[in-house]
Amino acid sequence: MDPHLYPWIILFAPLVAAGLILLLLPRRNAAAGVVGIATAALTCLLSWKVFLQPELAVTAQIPWLDIPGVFAVPIGVILDDLSRVMLVVVTTIATLVFVYSAGYMRGDEGIPRYYAALCLFLFSMLGIVLADNFVMMYIFWELVGVSSYILIGHYYRKDSAADAGKQAFLVNRVGDFGFLLGILMLWLATGSVMFSGIEQNLSAVTLHPGYLIAACLLVFCGTLGKSAQMPLHVWLPNSMEGPTPVSSLLHAATMVAAGVYMLARIFPVLLAAPEVVRDVIMWVGAITCFAAGLMATQQDDIKRILAYSTISQLGYMVVGIAVAPVNDVAMFHLFTHAFFKCLLFLCAGSVIIAVHHEQDIWKMGGLLPRMPLTALCLVAGTLALVGCPGFSGYYSKDLIVAYAHGANTAVFWITAGAALLTSFYMFRLFFVVFWGRPRGSHAEHAKQSPAIMTIPLLLLAVAAVAAGYPAVSKHFFALPHGEIPHIVHFALLAALLGGLALAALLYARSPMTDPVRVPLFANRFYIDNFYDWLVARGQGGLAVLSSWFDRWIIDGLVVTGAARTVWATGYVLRFLQLGNLQAYAFFFGAGVLALLYFLVFR
Amino acid sequence: MPTLGDYLLVSGLLFSIGLAGVLLRRNLLIIFMGLELMLNAANLSLVAFARHGVTAFGLPDYNAQVLVFFIITVAAAEVAVGLAIIVALYRLRQTTHVEDLDRMKF
Repeated sequence: MDPHLYPWIILFAPLVAAGLILLLLPRRNAAAGVVGIATAALTCLLSWKVFLQPELAVTAQIPWLDIPGVFAVPIGVILDDLSRVMLVVVTTIATLVFVYSAGYMRGDEGIPRYYAALCLFLFSMLGIVLADNFVMMYIFWELVGVSSYILIGHYYRKDSAADAGKQAFLVNRVGDFGFLLGILMLWLATGSVMFSGIEQNLSAVTLHPGYLIAACLLVFCGTLGKSAQMPLHVWLPNSMEGPTPVSSLLHAATMVAAGVYMLARIFPVLLAAPEVVRDVIMWVGAITCFAAGLMATQQDDIKRILAYSTISQLGYMVVGIAVAPVNDVAMFHLFTHAFFKCLLFLCAGSVIIAVHHEQDIWKMGGLLPRMPLTALCLVAGTLALVGCPGFSGYYSKDLIVAYAHGANTAVFWITAGAALLTSFYMFRLFFVVFWGRPRGSHAEHAKQSPAIMTIPLLLLAVAAVAAGYPAVSKHFFALPHGEIPHIVHFALLAALLGGLALAALLYARSPMTDPVRVPLFANRFYIDNFYDWLVARGQGGLAVLSSWFDRWIIDGLVVTGAARTVWATGYVLRFLQLGNLQAYAFFFGAGVLALLYFLVFR
Repeated sequence: MPTLGDYLLVSGLLFSIGLAGVLLRRNLLIIFMGLELMLNAANLSLVAFARHGVTAFGLPDYNAQVLVFFIITVAAAEVAVGLAIIVALYRLRQTTHVEDLDRMKF
């Protein structure tokens, strides 16, 4: 087969699979699963083939929207180092999650719908990865949002799941609106929506720094929504209403990283933009990674802890985009994070299945001897996440923090503090869930999950440990060589040990309830409540106002008013109908006289 | 020799008498006579104009007189129709007084 066709097959195979499942297999659970897993495996295989053939630089295009001289949007794929790595990450993790889903979703009534949506998601995500222009990326960006909406609302009979899906869609819409404006501004200035064209014609904009700042920050709004940065982060924890494999694939490993991937894609533009753009991005990332860490320390839902952890880690990546001279630094963390966070979520899913769909960590406990394999994998993921030396997170996170140290001292201490929080909440989760004694009968009778779920776990655990080693990462990234300052190592190691010690002190003795209560963190800084209030007051007020306007001005004054006026005029005029013939003759004569008077004498 | 003004004065008087008859009298037949009087007032003024408005050949303007013949013809037809209606009305209501015929209102 012609290798130049590989990217197209990778892109469209999941779409074909989604159609196949929905149209031909809407009731066949097993067949739908087989088709889904086979498709993911096919894309994975071809992605690795593409990755291992660096000389294959396809930039094939199909003309699509073409207004000569004004606007040209092709459907095209771009294969460079960035998209190759992302292809491998997305398809590999997708394959493992597809397999794991077969175990996790057993007994669910909507398995074909689930697999069709997962395939649709894979198609959209690969579209973002392969897109060679902004318009195509935006289309797939929205398609990812749609599939995310479908998958969050998989248990649509539950109100909370349906609401979470809606919220995710609407919050993303806020960010995407800015993203669209940013794309339009860049197109207006450079005359191209192609990434290569924008970079080539960038000199036209660099003369107008204000314009470029506005365009870049608007594009960054897309990242705010999709990568759940402050203040648009509220949808990601709520999206945990979806099935756990979905949380793992979409809302931890791949989809939420699309915002970071997009920033990496337009990295030359960000470098050319004035310093203030990267400052804003850096501070948004830093604040997000610290605040999300604080919120994570007081969550009781096992998946929500991981969700806030994801937000926090995405904050690190955004900081990495802003402080590093190459985009590979942030992409490296995206790469390692994808593996260990996916692993952590799949472990959480395994635990949730074992304790009969209980997600409150205060009803678990003592699972270490009961599910040793899951515990082992979760420990591997945790050590990778907290950046323990020898695990993948150590390499990628240290690199970002090192560059933050070089860029801004305050941001360095914030990211180091977030590392302390990471260590604290992850070991808190570990101690509460796996240590001590069970806090309920479900936890007492928990059993190790079946092989179809543990094999993906073990494979991911290997990746989570090894993905960061220089021997591995040098095949994927061209990381800058440089000595990491000792203070960075010391600070991060101290953060790791400090968090571990604090968590051990508070939670190792297996308390029945949380000994620390910080309502501010547990209620996520009341940001969700503020948004609720804003929607209730702002939008509700607007609705009341427009309803009043519609009811009284449009309906009352204009529609009914016109009818009433005609009716009232008729009511008055009908008193002229006397029924007397001579009166009519008199009116007639008087009318003629008046008419004559006006025509002749005026 | 009476002037055009004299004729028009008589015509106006006839019209006014007719209009007064239509507006003030209560009997439908009298009202009908008032109507005929108004028509003939118009005829008189038309004939007077024809007599006094001489054309370039020194002859009277016959157009107006032709119009008068038309009016007389139409008036005759109208009288036939109108009287028939009045007869029909009388058969129905046993009256020709307009005050008793006031059903044409809301």
